[in-house]
Amino acid sequence: MGLVTTPTPVEIAEPDVDDIVELEDPWVTIVWNDPVNLMSYVAYVFRNYFGYTEEKAHELMLSVHHEGRAVVASGSREKMERHVQAMHEYGLWATLDRADAS
Amino acid sequence: MKPFKRRRRGGITASFTAAEAHLLANLAGQVVELLRDRNGVAESDADPLAAQLGMGGPSIAPEDPVLARLLPDAYRADADDSAEFRRLTERSLTSSKVRYAEDLIGSLIDGGLTFGTAIEDESEDIEIELNPDAVQSWLKCLTDIRLSLAVRLGIENEEDVMLVAESGDEAIVAMSEIYDWLGYVQETLIAALD
Repeated sequence: MGLVTTPTPVEIAEPDVDDIVELEDPWVTIVWNDPVNLMSYVAYVFRNYFGYTEEKAHELMLSVHHEGRAVVASGSREKMERHVQAMHEYGLWATLDRADAS
Repeated sequence: MKPFKRRRRGGITASFTAAEAHLLANLAGQVVELLRDRNGVAESDADPLAAQLGMGGPSIAPEDPVLARLLPDAYRADADDSAEFRRLTERSLTSSKVRYAEDLIGSLIDGGLTFGTAIEDESEDIEIELNPDAVQSWLKCLTDIRLSLAVRLGIENEEDVMLVAESGDEAIVAMSEIYDWLGYVQETLIAALD
């Protein structure tokens, strides 16, 4: 399973600041609970898109389900924007935020 | 429906009655129409180049609650960041979702689905076989259809799922049965992938 295939203009606009942003300003991708998506599907997406093990994917899915949300990735803002876009393609409800705000 | 299963040589197969296949194609078609209403036909066609050249899309979230769920905000707390992200990416997301729906309909047509004939004249089941790309499109489009139905049914939390099934309104019950069936279809597809 690949990452998002469509180009992200944001990335093209700011290609050089990625590393600095990652070190000084980490961001997170958050997936929120919704009553529609099947638990098996959410775990499947975490496994196949992020490459988590079956165990980790299941654990993250349960966090979403029971706690209402889970941080599923962290890193540069550009990377988190790509992840959020990919989650929206899968129909999962995802947002990004600064790591210290989440 | 015969549930999804993996063939020995790797293909993922399932079989639908003609009525079920028509229902799936119809629901996927409704998702396409809704997304095209949002963007206009030309912009809904997959065109990564247009996206790359920075042709901006809308920056304001859709008013329609179904579209708002299919195309959610990327930033929860920052409206400006959400608007800018939406301007740069929404059209690409919309195009992707249109493609998933068209792939799903295409698989059904490949499996023998025809339009324009009365359903009762068709006794043949629609047998589909999905390659890995088509599997992804099916998973995503089934999700988009279920999200759309859930908004129309007013499902906002886990209890609502039960409530709509026990509704006194026959139309609501019928829609909720379709919603459950789509969940079953998706569940068997995921199980076949493991």
